[in-house]
Amino acid sequence: MKLSGKVFKYGDNVDTDVIIPARFLNTSDPEKLAEHCLEDLDPEFTDRVTEGDIIVGGKNFGSGSSREHAPLAIKAAGISCVIAESFARIFYRNSINIGLPILESPEASRSIEEGQKIEVDLQEGIIKNLDGGQEYKSEKFPPFMRDIIQSGGLIEYVKREQLGRH
Amino acid sequence: MGMTMVEKIIAAHADKQKVSPGDILLAEVDMVLGNDITSPVAIEEFKKIGISEVFDPGRVILVPDHFTPNKDINSAQQAKILRSFAREQELEYYFEIGEMGIEHCLLPEQGLALPGEIIIGADSHTCTYGALGALGTGVGSTDMAAAMATGKAWFRVPPTIKFVYSGSLQPWVGAKDLILYTIGDIGVDGALYKSMEFTGEVIDNLSMDGRMTMSNMAIEAGGKCGLIKPDEKTQNYLKNRAIRDYTPLYSDEDAEYEKEIRYDVGKIEPQISFPHLPENTHPLSEAEGLEIDQAVIGSCTNGRIEDLRKAAEVMAGNKVRDSVRCLVFPGTQKIYQQALQEGVIETLIEAGAAVSTPTCGPCLGGHMGILAAGERAVSTTNRNFVGRMGHKESEVYLSSPAVAAAAAVKGYLVHPEEVVK
Ligand code: SF4
Repeated sequence: MKLSGKVFKYGDNVDTDVIIPARFLNTSDPEKLAEHCLEDLDPEFTDRVTEGDIIVGGKNFGSGSSREHAPLAIKAAGISCVIAESFARIFYRNSINIGLPILESPEASRSIEEGQKIEVDLQEGIIKNLDGGQEYKSEKFPPFMRDIIQSGGLIEYVKREQLGRH
Repeated sequence: MGMTMVEKIIAAHADKQKVSPGDILLAEVDMVLGNDITSPVAIEEFKKIGISEVFDPGRVILVPDHFTPNKDINSAQQAKILRSFAREQELEYYFEIGEMGIEHCLLPEQGLALPGEIIIGADSHTCTYGALGALGTGVGSTDMAAAMATGKAWFRVPPTIKFVYSGSLQPWVGAKDLILYTIGDIGVDGALYKSMEFTGEVIDNLSMDGRMTMSNMAIEAGGKCGLIKPDEKTQNYLKNRAIRDYTPLYSDEDAEYEKEIRYDVGKIEPQISFPHLPENTHPLSEAEGLEIDQAVIGSCTNGRIEDLRKAAEVMAGNKVRDSVRCLVFPGTQKIYQQALQEGVIETLIEAGAAVSTPTCGPCLGGHMGILAAGERAVSTTNRNFVGRMGHKESEVYLSSPAVAAAAAVKGYLVHPEEVVK
């Protein structure tokens, strides 16, 4: 599967409190959450984002709380993929579990700039900068996680496994 | 080659003799926890799986603690989802207002977090249970949903960093200072995807409350868990609480650690973590004189009896400065009650602190203590991110209960010994 979109570039330690502040957590409706996505970090994000765009962050993206509302808000805002130098553990799990594609690539995270157009080949773990021409490789997912992603998230995976057992 | 604690705990739950860092496997979990923010999403996902009952009604714990007592209509709706689910599934461990507490203070107190067990919680500070030698780790709502259905979760076996604390602590320096110092040293991603193991004579000498403060903040260094070897103190603590028998697991002598980091605690002052990252840690002497508008004492990091006692010790006979709001949140109903019986609450109220029923409240900028633009708080909580306690132009400085109490009295950050003479 290939994804392409323009880049929103952020720095290190983008935490779940800025991705979706707690004051908006009295709902779990993804559309409502998306309206406030990244509001405290980049007030214009929700106005500028279009379907398919890609976030490129630095180190420790998604640090902080376990709120799945964070990847849900990003996904519902239209973001197709998040690339970062590294991800916080729970954010990483949550993204895989809800089927938000994420890739770790320190080189891509360092070199790609705000507003550039990039293309991501999830299968091969290749990130292409359509504006600059460079290509970056990211670590491929271990088989178990690929299974979850291919099932369309953990819930679908569990469903399949449960049915398989009967 | 032996195994570390975390490796042993995962192996025991995955029916394996041996596991190594990097292995990804499915393991049984002993307890599944959720709160009023994360559970509604989990319950919705659970229903999609198409199974009608949770895997074991005695192993799913629901605690409405974040926006409760319900702060508004939406929160009331969310909390109601929990309550209905708990009734419908006949969950044994649902804690209603009146018997509840902040989840990570409550579970250990109720004997629900046990050595050698795996507890996954849809809350990042589930790592608190490492203080009891349990693999407590935070997950998301979907993980919680899948575990409620199957009793299992997937894990990547983490490498372990061993921390060794030796020497003797200065007066007014405690567990909170040690963990802030550690995070300041290794950074907010210093233990990313890793298990932290806290060891050494200083940890042996910490109370259970202090150990929980340390393990609680493992996540602030990116850690999967923050484990402490269960010992006699742990057993005594659990004596009349543990809901079942348990099997403690310990790291082998020849276990393989990724790294060993040693600290001589003798030179550590009280610590302050500056906005907007827990790793921005400074010795208190570099922050002295900084004026504050609010002091918050409580949370799953520092809302236990020992924390309240420390605050009261500092505030006894003093008054909260006019320019400061001082808010105290006991971690659970039991802690509240004990603090009442000991006269701790009276001391705090006499000094001018506002004491609340247990809730997460201001810790996450939820309710009951939100900051306005430009305001500054000193807080015994665990995160000082942008907007964490309210307006995005407000500031949170993290500290120990003693330092927060001293600041409440003086109106600025100051060493507790300046207040208790
Ligand atoms: S007290 Fe704060 S950190 Fe702890 S569970 Fe509540 S919101 Fe989370």
